[in-house]
Amino acid sequence: MQLDAKIPEGPLDEKWSKHKFNIKLVNPANKRKYDIIVVGTGLAGSSAAASLAELGYNVKSFCFQDSPRRAHSIAAQGGINAAKNYQNDGDSVFRLFYDTIKGGDYRSREANVYRLSEVSVNIIDQCVAQGVPFAREYGGLLANRSFGGAQVSRTFYARGQTGQQLLLGAYSALSRQIAAGKVTMHTRTEMLDVVLVDGQARGIVTRNLITGKIESHGAHAVVLATGGYGNVFFLSTNAMGSNASAAWRAHKKGALFANPCFTQIHPTCIPVSGHYQSKLTLMSESLRNDGRVWVPKSAMKGLTASEAVNVSEDDRDYYLERRYPSFGNLVPRDVASRNAKIVCDEGRGVGPTGLAVFLDFADAIKRDGKETIKSKYGNLFDMYKQITGDNPYEVPMMIYPAVHYTMGGLWVDYNLMTNVPGLYATGECNFSDHGANRLGASALMQGLADGYFVIPYTIGDYLAKSGHDKVSTDNEAFREAEERITQNIDKLLHCKGSRTVDDFHKLLGHIMWDKCGMSRSAESLKQAKTEIQALRKEYWEDVNVIGVNEELNMTLEKALRVGDFFELAELMVDDALNRNESCGGHFREEYQTEEGEALRDDQNYAYGACWEYKGPDKPETLHKEELIFENVKLTQRSYK
Amino acid sequence: MDLTLKIWRQKNSQDYGGFKTYEVKDITPDTSFLEMMDILNDNLEKSNDDPVHFDHDCREGICGMCSMFINGRPHGPQQGITTCQLHMRSFKDGDMITIEPWRAKPFPVIKDLVVDRTAFDRIIQAGGFISVGTGGVPDANEIPIPARVSNEAMDAAQCIGCGACVAACKNASAMLFVAAKVSHLALLPQGEVESKERAEQMVEQMDEEGFGSCTNTGACSAECPKGISLEHIARLNREYYFAKQSSENLPVEDEVHGS
Repeated sequence: MQLDAKIPEGPLDEKWSKHKFNIKLVNPANKRKYDIIVVGTGLAGSSAAASLAELGYNVKSFCFQDSPRRAHSIAAQGGINAAKNYQNDGDSVFRLFYDTIKGGDYRSREANVYRLSEVSVNIIDQCVAQGVPFAREYGGLLANRSFGGAQVSRTFYARGQTGQQLLLGAYSALSRQIAAGKVTMHTRTEMLDVVLVDGQARGIVTRNLITGKIESHGAHAVVLATGGYGNVFFLSTNAMGSNASAAWRAHKKGALFANPCFTQIHPTCIPVSGHYQSKLTLMSESLRNDGRVWVPKSAMKGLTASEAVNVSEDDRDYYLERRYPSFGNLVPRDVASRNAKIVCDEGRGVGPTGLAVFLDFADAIKRDGKETIKSKYGNLFDMYKQITGDNPYEVPMMIYPAVHYTMGGLWVDYNLMTNVPGLYATGECNFSDHGANRLGASALMQGLADGYFVIPYTIGDYLAKSGHDKVSTDNEAFREAEERITQNIDKLLHCKGSRTVDDFHKLLGHIMWDKCGMSRSAESLKQAKTEIQALRKEYWEDVNVIGVNEELNMTLEKALRVGDFFELAELMVDDALNRNESCGGHFREEYQTEEGEALRDDQNYAYGACWEYKGPDKPETLHKEELIFENVKLTQRSYK
Repeated sequence: MDLTLKIWRQKNSQDYGGFKTYEVKDITPDTSFLEMMDILNDNLEKSNDDPVHFDHDCREGICGMCSMFINGRPHGPQQGITTCQLHMRSFKDGDMITIEPWRAKPFPVIKDLVVDRTAFDRIIQAGGFISVGTGGVPDANEIPIPARVSNEAMDAAQCIGCGACVAACKNASAMLFVAAKVSHLALLPQGEVESKERAEQMVEQMDEEGFGSCTNTGACSAECPKGISLEHIARLNREYYFAKQSSENLPVEDEVHGS
């Protein structure tokens, strides 16, 4: 298979404008002849569905939640980056591009990242026009903050609810198109397969979650905006329903899955407190702007937050400030997370489990006053108190890293099309922009860039060339897909084993966290693979799914998703084992510098690892997209 | 702690439904309310009983999916949080906890504690947006908006669309939900242009969905997990009055809400 990323010729800063001119347009009168399916209604999906409908296409939009407004983009707290340079502090499109490429540890595609930085400025304009109430200065202009290790203030935010406000903006645009009759909305509907006719993506098969009905939907192109796969780990900051099924089913239909081992572990989450725990709660990274991270210099087993107040300065190790004097507590996520793991592995972790570090605001409160800190982080402090019972105004917070985002995903070319003609992937579910590590406040930027400003152009080029014949859902390909799904559901319902879906999911999560988590080694990965395979076999023999298909059955929904997680988990392990280097969120213990930092191997691994599905229980084939860096020099990331 | 749960069970929208009683044991205070429900469901599944269905997703108080009526109050005994943010330290050993779905005609029960809230989506579709397409918009800093105004708009925009206001209201009125959106957009210069039509159309849709009238009792605001203020209802009323005065869209004899 020859991978063609279709990167336009010419200088970096002219690629996108030239490409926009060179691609084909669909005549306005012809747009109504095309149907486009958009799966998922987060930032990437809602913005795409609304924008495509505005252009005149007929859009069918799908989400598994009860309303498009509930997609998990809503939970993003911190902000959205844009190279506006409103603060006159030296930001530019090139700097945002450079920071994103470097932050991704040089494992993303230059042309895509540059375009992302370029359109970032349009996103802010668009959101303000929609009525997104970004934070403002007293003069009435937009406020910015520095976020996630950036040395310029380019992050726009709406209190601690930026994702919510951006999503509600996109949702309002989508709602307007639903009212105009240009978008048909299917809520509580889950995509279970993508359908190819003559090698082109021509539709999807879904399950109505209320009636259980399996239905086929035809179209001229399919856009997947279905988010990431962090829930493979069971415990993550993702929503309970976030899943990989749409992307995974597309993969099984031929779409390449790229860099699956690149997962982001977010450093500031509330630590795990018990085995019943269902999810982990993120505390916004913005807290690291004022909070100081520390553990005791020597182990103090079971140290609580209220005891910590009495630990003298001499006995504290502010390890990020010590190891990274220039970035201090603001080092990128992967670095902060790994360092937390290191100090806990040394036995210096705190709290009842020993798997936590302190994030302390005492100095900030002393310096700026309680009121200032309250105005910045009030809602986060309240949330922390609600969950843990501790008051962060008086005692330090306890935090620990948790799975948060997945940089890997479906391989796409410059047009965001997968290798399957007519099948697109946008937002977190593709692999293109964040390399091996995503910078803070960049996920929202990518979701909206893809949906508002990229796919509306690039999809037209494909449609203009592919003709507007409608596909019939009576076609054999749809029938086959429906049958396979029905068989799969029957298999799960008739298994009648002895263990719950969650039992299995938790075990899978443990394997992944312990052996394919914050650090991995060839040995741990090999063990993981054997264990996953054994557990997957047990799953299909011993799972107990209560209820029937023909009514709302959340156990069945979960069972289908977990079935896919098992297969994806194995590919993640294969990918991590293949990549004999450390980069970004992928830390292989065998490959580190003397100081314990990630050691890249640009000679042999400066490529996107794109995996091709070959059939059940067959090893996948690796294809490489060599990454060519013409505009940045590959350096060892240093935050010292 | 050990608890007795009295939970509304209803097989589907046609079923009559009724309360069933369950026991859960050894729940720790750090467990969240929904994790306590997970434990119950785990027990039910292990004895081959149908688990209790309830809506939930982000479990951090922002998606608006969770929707339990706990001991007679939407989202339970604590103010300013959603059900998923409620922890068992708010209860004590031996408590009997009654759990029901939202009760309102426009929110029909789908199963157990799961209700259909698509009425809210249709209200937004009736006008809860600013009519701008993608592209061709002015620079974001072109129109300065005083921080005070922007903050007030943000207060309203925080609505998570959970429906607690409707569940709390004796008339099942959706005024606070509608007011939050009308107020958010009317306050901003970008949204002001369409503010009259928006108020009219959203109120009309609210009525069509069968939500009840507002009598300014304030239960909605008291139970709102985001603390959205009744002042927004006042603003909605004002927008609505002005709209009716000059309206060409709707018959003038319509009953005005909120007084």
